[in-house]
Amino acid sequence: MSGPSTYNPKSGIEKWLDQRLPLPRFMHDTMLTFPTPRNLNFWYTFGGILTFCLGVQIITGIVLAMHYVANAGLAFDSVEKIMRDVNYGWLIRYVHANGASMFFLAVYIHMFRGIYYGSYKAPREIIWILGVLIYLLMTATAFFGYVLPWGQMSFWGATVITNLFSAIPVIGPGIATWLWGDFAVGDATLNRFFSLHYLLPFIIAGVVGLHIWALHVPGNNNPLGIDVKSPQDTVPFHPYYTVKDAFFLVLFIIVFAGFVFFEPEFFGSPDNNIPANPLVTPPDIVPEWYLLPFYAMLRSVPDKLLGVLVMGAAIVSLAVLPWTDTSRVRSNRFRPTMKWFFWFFVVACVTLGYCGSQPVDATIAGIPAVWIARLASLYYFAFIYPIMFFVGLFETPKPLPASIAQSVLGDKPAAAE
Amino acid sequence: MRLALRITLAAGLAVGLVGAVSAQEIDTHARAPKHVEYEFEGPFGKYDRAALQRGYQVYKEVCAACHSLKQIAFRNLMDHGGPEFSEAQARALAAAAKVPAGPNDKGETHNDSGEVLTRSAVLADYFPAPFPNEEAARTANAGALPPDLSLMVKARHHGAAYVYSLLTSYGEKPPAGFAVAKGKYYNPYFAGWNIGMPQPVTNNGVTYSDGTKASIEQQAHDVVTFLAWAAEPKMEQRKQMGFAVLIFLLAFASVLGLAYKKVKGEYALK
Repeated sequence: MSGPSTYNPKSGIEKWLDQRLPLPRFMHDTMLTFPTPRNLNFWYTFGGILTFCLGVQIITGIVLAMHYVANAGLAFDSVEKIMRDVNYGWLIRYVHANGASMFFLAVYIHMFRGIYYGSYKAPREIIWILGVLIYLLMTATAFFGYVLPWGQMSFWGATVITNLFSAIPVIGPGIATWLWGDFAVGDATLNRFFSLHYLLPFIIAGVVGLHIWALHVPGNNNPLGIDVKSPQDTVPFHPYYTVKDAFFLVLFIIVFAGFVFFEPEFFGSPDNNIPANPLVTPPDIVPEWYLLPFYAMLRSVPDKLLGVLVMGAAIVSLAVLPWTDTSRVRSNRFRPTMKWFFWFFVVACVTLGYCGSQPVDATIAGIPAVWIARLASLYYFAFIYPIMFFVGLFETPKPLPASIAQSVLGDKPAAAE
Repeated sequence: MRLALRITLAAGLAVGLVGAVSAQEIDTHARAPKHVEYEFEGPFGKYDRAALQRGYQVYKEVCAACHSLKQIAFRNLMDHGGPEFSEAQARALAAAAKVPAGPNDKGETHNDSGEVLTRSAVLADYFPAPFPNEEAARTANAGALPPDLSLMVKARHHGAAYVYSLLTSYGEKPPAGFAVAKGKYYNPYFAGWNIGMPQPVTNNGVTYSDGTKASIEQQAHDVVTFLAWAAEPKMEQRKQMGFAVLIFLLAFASVLGLAYKKVKGEYALK
């Protein structure tokens, strides 16, 4: 897709470098002239936004780690020290804490966009699978990070989640003990979680590199879901998409800043402002909002082991979408039946999230929340397996446009290229 | 099979009966906090400086008898965006407090009468705790542990309104059928209604130097303002910076928006 390189080294140093390590050529070809479909819409700006989020988390995280103390007796107070005595520590911590929520907000939009436009379908399966892997790594990183302030919700969240492993028959309790490094969540657990929380983001960055590399082989999918057929269909990445991505990135940062500066505790739990106390269980142990759908699935299964398996399957199943989907048309714009199932899938995910936020015995409009969560979980899996499979077989897609250029420009000749 | 069914039915009935009994019992969930408005709420909100200073007095004269405030040092009393006492005032307030001084040159931590060696606090000292350890605190409070108040306002849902409601709702008559536990006090804003803390603020319990009438509501308002600051001491700087950041971002977004429009128009992007 990227075609022959158009890089033309001008200065002596560029020529010298180009024959030894052609880094400028690589940057030129992948970030400036990379041919990109001319019809990418707003929903395609989240890839860039996510890269920004990862960068923000790593930079703020490194600074926080300079002041944070990973010790069960000192962690809570060291975080308060950051909030009170470190210069702009409050800012760095609030950016990092809200940054996690912003990161997940962006990744969910990015994932739903991928599903809607069929971006996981051939020849982009590897991009999609790497994306699922990144998401999995993100949830692990976020979970480890949430434990670090060592508040009540940190401690009890860690206790609940690590105890899930004890549901595995025979070896489960051993695994839990191994994870804790102790016979309960404690100082050893906190230390290793800090170590892993520092490690994983760099692994994520590596997988992101692969994700973008894999993207640059077939090139971007697009809202029409049809292949690029001629240079008319594309524009160089710069300035068109650099400017567009920058614009929407700044709009995103405005929302981000709104939370950081005016509602910094919006996504947090008051209980996490109480130091961890192994002797007092909070009335409701609730994970961060971005994990609630999976938490709802876990709770909707009466058997602990099955619940854990269902929760794990919910994430892993995403990776098989490229093969359960039998449709030859990528974009839901041309899939009149699938479109409805897709939006219902979004509703099911949001519903699961809401159910996860409610107490176990809650009712919604008179119906027990646990039953609503069961229905939504059922639909979640039904969507990935039978619906994707059968709708793809029986649906009659709408006619596809002849080309991206024709769809965007009509019969006008393209100004660019 | 029939037997099993019977047992199930009987169990169901029993559960139903138990449910019925507990339904007659009183629901002792905490009452939703009173609706109160504070100067520090909203994007433009700032702490009321006079209320912060009065609130410090209430904390020191009332709350500090049992509650620590360990994240706050005397130097913080002069902080910008806080109570903003003058340096002389803060030094005087520190000097009036005693903090543990040991060990001395001879390595002693207690004097000959067995008392802990103390000295006057300086600006760098953190607020001293009322009890040397948890056990001492529990012993002095009929088994209850007075929590540290540094983050109290952020550690409860609607924390400011919650603390205010708690402080202003002593003396209500418990509903019929609710027995206040021995050594506890009735407060419907506290989960379970039995609170270990006796009524802390009373009418004219403190004498304000600025002449403000020290009603229960006034003291509650002031001390909640002070505790809100203790929990979020950088709030004013945060909001102030927030406006500068937002103004910059909006300007930046406008420029980028124009650039985007130009690119879009020239090259017919979707």
